[in-house]
Amino acid sequence: MTMQSTLRQETTEALIAALPRPGGAAWLGAARDAALERLRRMGLPQRRDEYWRFTDPGRLVSPAVPAVPLREDDEKPAFAAVEPLRIVFVDGRFDAAASDPLAPEGVEIGHLGRLEPAEGHWAASLFGVLEAEGQKPVPRPFAALNTAFAAEGALIRVRGEASRPIHLVYRRTGDGAEVLLHHVVRVEGGASVTLLESGVGAARLNTVLEVDVAEGSRFHHVRLQGRDPARIAVTHLFARVAGQGEFRSFTLGFNGALSRNEAFVTLTGDEAVAHVAGAAVGDGDFHHDDTVFVTHRGRGCESRQVFKKVLRHGAVGVFQGKILVERTAQKTDGYQISQGLLLDERSQFLAKPELEIYADDVKCSHGSTAGAIDETALFYLRSRGVPAEEARDLLTLAFLHEALDEIPDERLAGELSEKLEGWLRRHR
Amino acid sequence: MLEIRNLHVELEEGGKPILKGLDLTVEAGRVHAIMGPNGSGKSTLSYVLAGREGYVVTQGSARLDGEDILAMEPEERAAAGLFLAFQYPVEIPGVGNMTFLRTALNAQRKARGEEEISSGDFLRLVREKARALNIDAEMLKRPINVGFSGGEKKRNEILQMAVLEPRMCILDETDSGLDVDAMRLVADGVNALRDAGRAFLVITHYQRLLDHIVPDVVHIMADGRIVRSGGPDLALEVETNGYAGILGAGAAA
Ligand SMILES: Nc1ncnc2c1ncn2[C@@H]1O[C@H](COP(=O)(O)OP(=O)(O)OP(=O)(O)O)[C@@H](O)[C@H]1O
Ligand SMILES: [Mg+2]
Repeated sequence: MTMQSTLRQETTEALIAALPRPGGAAWLGAARDAALERLRRMGLPQRRDEYWRFTDPGRLVSPAVPAVPLREDDEKPAFAAVEPLRIVFVDGRFDAAASDPLAPEGVEIGHLGRLEPAEGHWAASLFGVLEAEGQKPVPRPFAALNTAFAAEGALIRVRGEASRPIHLVYRRTGDGAEVLLHHVVRVEGGASVTLLESGVGAARLNTVLEVDVAEGSRFHHVRLQGRDPARIAVTHLFARVAGQGEFRSFTLGFNGALSRNEAFVTLTGDEAVAHVAGAAVGDGDFHHDDTVFVTHRGRGCESRQVFKKVLRHGAVGVFQGKILVERTAQKTDGYQISQGLLLDERSQFLAKPELEIYADDVKCSHGSTAGAIDETALFYLRSRGVPAEEARDLLTLAFLHEALDEIPDERLAGELSEKLEGWLRRHR
Repeated sequence: MLEIRNLHVELEEGGKPILKGLDLTVEAGRVHAIMGPNGSGKSTLSYVLAGREGYVVTQGSARLDGEDILAMEPEERAAAGLFLAFQYPVEIPGVGNMTFLRTALNAQRKARGEEEISSGDFLRLVREKARALNIDAEMLKRPINVGFSGGEKKRNEILQMAVLEPRMCILDETDSGLDVDAMRLVADGVNALRDAGRAFLVITHYQRLLDHIVPDVVHIMADGRIVRSGGPDLALEVETNGYAGILGAGAAA
C-alpha cells in the first residue's frame, strides 16, 4: 500500500470514528451500511486529488470542527414573500414546534429521524441510490459519508401541484457542531414543487439532496447559503430527470470560509430540462467551489450551467463544470458559462470547464472568464453623475444578473437581488 | 461659463502629447462648434473635460464657472453641470436604461443638496423627453444601449442630456450616423435646451448639423490647438475648401 493511500485510509477512519451512527428502519440501516462501505472504498479526498486540486479538503476531513462564533441574526427571515411551508432544523434536529404544521396540498412530508421501523417506505428506492449512482465516474466521498451518518432530513413526495413552496430552514444554537442532513424528494409524474433552503445550520454543514423528477414534472430549487464568515459547508445535489421533466436549481452564496457545492444531474428521458446556476459574493476569507456534472442520456434535452462569482480582498472562486453527452443523447442543447469578477488583484477565479460528447448531432457551448470591472462602462456611468461606488455596484449587479435570471420566480429573484445589493453596499 | 487656458495633455501610457496649448472660452447662452481633422484631439478634449482616466494634464487649466474642474471626479463634474454626449456611447448589459437615468439624476440632485425625484415625476419626465426624440418606451426598458442602432444610441445620449439638464453640454459627433430625420430630432432637442444659462460645445465634421443648430462661434482645431475661430461662415469654408485650404490659409495669415 502506498503512503498516500494509507494516509487517506487513516483520515477516513478518523472521521468515521468521530461520528455517531444513527439507528432506524432496517432498510435505512442497509442503505447506510452500503454507503459506509462505499466511503471506505474510495476514502476521503486529499489535497492532491484531481477533483480537489482547486479546493483543499483539509477543513472538511478533520474530525475536529473549528468553532464558528454564533452571531446575532439580523437578517430578515428569507423567502417570506412566497409564504412557504417551513420545515425547521435546529442544530441538525427537526424542530416540529418551530415548523409549520400542515403539509401543502399534494405534498407528503416525512422525516428521516422519525421513521417507523416498518419496511416499504417510498424513499427506500431513492435514499442513497441517486448518491451511489453519482459516485461514477468521479467519487464524491462526502456524499457517501452523509448517507452513512445523516440522522435527519426531510422526505418529500409531491403528487400534484404543491400549493406552497417548501422551505428547509437551518438554524443553530451553538458554536462548534457538525451537522449532516439528508433530504429526499420525489416529484411524481406531472406534479410540481419549489423547494427553498436557507440558514447556516452549523459550523460545518454537510447536506445531500436527492431529487427524482418523474415524467413531465417540475422541480425548482432556490437556496440561500448563509453568511457567517467562518462557516464551512459541503453540499451535494443528486438529480434524475425523466422525460419532459424540468429541474432548476439556484444557489446564492454569501461569505463563508469554505463552500463546496456539488451537483450531479442526469437527464434520463427525452426532452428534459436541467438548469443549475449560482451567484456568490465573497470578501476576504472566502473559498467558494461549484462542482457540477450534467449527463445527457435522453434525446433533445436542454441543460444550462450559469455561475457568477464576485471576489474581493483575496477571495477565491472555483468552478468545475462538465457536460457529458452520451451516445443516445442526440439533439442535445448544452450551455455552460462561468465567470469571476475580480474586484482586486489578490482575488482569484479558477475554472475547469469540460465537454465530453459521444453523440454526433448536438449543440454545446461553454465559456469561462475572469476579469475586472469594465473601466469604460464605469466612466460612462460616472460621467452622468453616478458616484464611483454606486456605479461599481450597478456594474457588479449587472454581472450577477445572468445568473439571477435563472431563478424562475420573480419574487425570489427580487429578494436575492436585494440581498446582493445590501451586501455590496456593506462591502464597499 | 467654460474657460480653458493653455491646456496641454498627454497620454498616460507612452506620454504622447495630444493637446498642445489649447485656449477656448464658451460663454453662457452660446453655442460653439469645433471642427477639425481626424486625430486633431477633439475627443481627447471632451474626455479630459469629462474626467476620463488615461490622460495627464501637464499644463494649463479648465474652469467651469470659475471652478477648477480638472481636480474633480467625473461624477462631481456632472453634478456641477457638465455633460458629454459620447462619440461612441457605451453598451452596458445588465443595467437598465431607466434605473441608470434615475440613479444618475438623483445622485446629481443629492450632490447639489436637492430632493430626490419621485418615481411618478421621473416617469413622466422621461416619457415626455423620449417622445420628443421619437424614442419608444420599449427601448428604455432595455439595458443601456444594448442592441441599439448607431442612431438610437446617439438619440439616447440626447435623451440623457434632456433629462439631466446640464448647463455645459459637450456633443462629440452626435450627428455622425444619424439619418436626416434623426438629425433634425437631435437638433430640435438641443435647440429646445438653448437658453441664457446654458452653453454648448458641438464637435462635428459636417456643416449639415450646423444648419440646424446654428452656432455663435466656430473653431477649427488642428494638432491639439484651436487654430482659427470665426462665425458660422467658417463652417461653410471648411465644407468648400477642406481643412487643407483652411489650415494653409491660417498658417499663411
Ligand atoms: N487611448 C489612446 N491611445 C493611443 N492613442 C490615443 C488614445 N487616445 C487618443 N489617441 C490619439 O490621440 C489623437 C487624437 O485623438 P482624438 O480621438 O482626440 O481625435 P479626434 O479629433 O476626436 O478625431 P476624430 O475626428 O477621428 O474623432 C489621435 O492620434 C489618437 O490616435
Ligand atoms: Mg473624435
